Amino acid sequence: MVNSIITKNLNVYYGDQQAIHNISLDFLKNKVTALIGPSGCGKSTFLRCLNRMNDVIDICRVEGNISLNGMDIYSKEIEVEHLREKIGMVFQKPNPFPKSIYDNVAYGPRIHGFTDKKEEMDLIVETSLKKAGLFEEVKDRLDDMGTSLSGGQQQRLCIARAIAIKPEVILMDEPCSALDPIATSIIEELITDLKKSYTIIIVTHSMQQAARVSDKTAFFHLGNLIEEGDTSKIFTKPDHQKTNDYITGRFG
Amino acid sequence: MFYSVLTLFVLSFIGFYLGKRKSIKLSQNIKLASLPSYYGYLAMLYILIPTLIAWFVLLVGENFVLEKYLFLILKEFLISMSGSEVQLFFIKIKNLSEGASFGNESDLELLGAQKIIQFKNLFLLLTYLVIFLVTAIALYLVNKKISPTFKSQRDVEKIVNLFIQLCSYIAILITVGIFLSLVFETINFFGYVNPLDFLFGINWNPNKAFVIDSSDVIDKDILKDAFGIIPLMTGTLLVAFLAMLVSIPLGLMSAIYLAEYAPKRIRDISKPVIEILAGIPTVVYGFFAALVVAPKIADLGEYIGLDVSSESALAAGLTMGVMIIPFVSSLSDDVIGAVPQSLRDGSYALGATKSETIIKVILPSALPGIIGSFLLAISRAIGETMIVVMAASLQANLTINPLEPTTTITTQIVTALTGDTEFDNPKTLVAFALGLTLFFATLLLNYFALRTVKKYREQYD
Ligand SMILES: Nc1ncnc2c1ncn2[C@@H]1O[C@H](COP(=O)(O)OP(=O)(O)O)[C@@H](O)[C@H]1O
Ligand SMILES: [Mg+2]
Repeated sequence: MVNSIITKNLNVYYGDQQAIHNISLDFLKNKVTALIGPSGCGKSTFLRCLNRMNDVIDICRVEGNISLNGMDIYSKEIEVEHLREKIGMVFQKPNPFPKSIYDNVAYGPRIHGFTDKKEEMDLIVETSLKKAGLFEEVKDRLDDMGTSLSGGQQQRLCIARAIAIKPEVILMDEPCSALDPIATSIIEELITDLKKSYTIIIVTHSMQQAARVSDKTAFFHLGNLIEEGDTSKIFTKPDHQKTNDYITGRFG
Repeated sequence: MFYSVLTLFVLSFIGFYLGKRKSIKLSQNIKLASLPSYYGYLAMLYILIPTLIAWFVLLVGENFVLEKYLFLILKEFLISMSGSEVQLFFIKIKNLSEGASFGNESDLELLGAQKIIQFKNLFLLLTYLVIFLVTAIALYLVNKKISPTFKSQRDVEKIVNLFIQLCSYIAILITVGIFLSLVFETINFFGYVNPLDFLFGINWNPNKAFVIDSSDVIDKDILKDAFGIIPLMTGTLLVAFLAMLVSIPLGLMSAIYLAEYAPKRIRDISKPVIEILAGIPTVVYGFFAALVVAPKIADLGEYIGLDVSSESALAAGLTMGVMIIPFVSSLSDDVIGAVPQSLRDGSYALGATKSETIIKVILPSALPGIIGSFLLAISRAIGETMIVVMAASLQANLTINPLEPTTTITTQIVTALTGDTEFDNPKTLVAFALGLTLFFATLLLNYFALRTVKKYREQYD
């Protein structure tokens, strides 16, 4: 078992308000880890620290240590653009760019200068769409606007877009919360597929989803990490009373 | 006059009070269909609307009736006068009746003035009579209508609705009226000049039309190449183009800075400051252009060995460009700000830098809106008058050299309508044809501008 991301004594503040309290949590390579907890408990905040998306928020301050493959991601030598090339992200609401399906997927590879050749780019786009399970549905209309797809397709397009830059880790922040049950189950299958090649960290508010897709689960409460461990254990015999209350639906 | 309006309002308030009182009295036994004050409002409206209409009709008709009346009683004196003499006489006795006496009036004039005073008193009496009569009828009708089951609220709503509709129709009617008057005068103008000569002529020399003033015959051949709009068009487009050359880059860059880079504090200060540029009276820009910019450009030109006229398209265009910066920056800033944060996040999460995100995601997403802002700015530039009147010249000049003097459509409209204006002369009438051309040009631009902006808005709803 190899760790991909290690966080140590992580504290996050929005101005004076502390959103994350001293969390240390490791993520195994090629596994799916689910972050669960009542809303407002800091799951998104935590997730956004892992690819430094919190840098954009002026009032947000991050303390502690996060490393990817043993390399401190908050160190001065790291360029944040380079880091995000390794850690992709999929958001709560599908957010395809108002460009063609092709250009959406090719956006990342172009920015990072993967290739100048049309055929190679075509190949990247095709394999990314295939991995995201979208290629068959859109192969005849790659020039259509990405925004013209259905919600579930849009979310898979966003996954393809993230995959296209060949990341090691994919962060997903409630990727199914804006989707219907059928689109959700397609994405869940996809996640199980993807973990062969990627480390996946997924925030979800659905206990069933966490139970279905994840190998590891971490339970957050009020900015604290209450408990983490194998998903099967967390959902059958958790150590903490709070965890038990949450997964049995007593609060949240 | 003042008192008659006052009376109207006092009466309508009495109506309100009476209506309300009656309904309150009724409601002591049964529950009413509407609130008591609605019965009051209804009574008030029943009185106010017909009386206002009657009052207005009387006011408008008074002069007409007065003149008919004077003709009737002074027939034997007026019959020997010519039309304009009669008009003069009427004006004189009207002034006299209002107390403007020079002490040298003839008996006839004194008599006329006296008659006018009599008539006016009578008419005022009539006005009051009508007002009271209408009020009485209205009160009677409302009184009959008020019953516990009568839904007065619905009637009041209907009347208010009608009134509001009327107001909007008036605005539309006025627009149509302005447009039609433009069209009719333009048609008049085309009686002198062939529309094709106007639209495709390359010579602009309206002073030729003066030549025909002395003789009564109009030589259409002379007019043939006096009113070609092409030089004005090129002048207008040249100045507008120069203006856009200034305002598009500056406006767009400041919009990007304000929307994406500026800290909130700077944004809160700079945005209104930039918008002040659009609020400065254009005449101020005009003399700035004429007194500061144009001479500086001429000096600079001389320094580098170019022959620059003191009235150049460049001076007008540059100054106008500064004026319309806020048209570009303000609207572009809005549309850039309206690009959802989620798109920015999506781009950053893929490892794009800020400028990559702006160039590849934000600007393309906001492009329709930005183009809309350009079109609005162009339409503003084409319609702008004061700056070009003061800084460009009056001399039509078919050129695209910005260092030469040019003139624009708006400038020529001003020239045509100042000084001697006779509306049977093509030199004056051409203003309407020019106005109509301008009207269509800006209408088209605004239409496309608003359509692109609207499409853009729908995209993110
Ligand atoms: N941009 C922000 N500015 C200030 N406070 C924030 C911001 N984002 C989140 N927070 C606060 O941080 C806490 C955790 O929020 P979040 O991470 O979004 O929770 P979750 O994703 O678990 O619902 C909440 O109290 C929230 O109000
Ligand atoms: Mg969240």
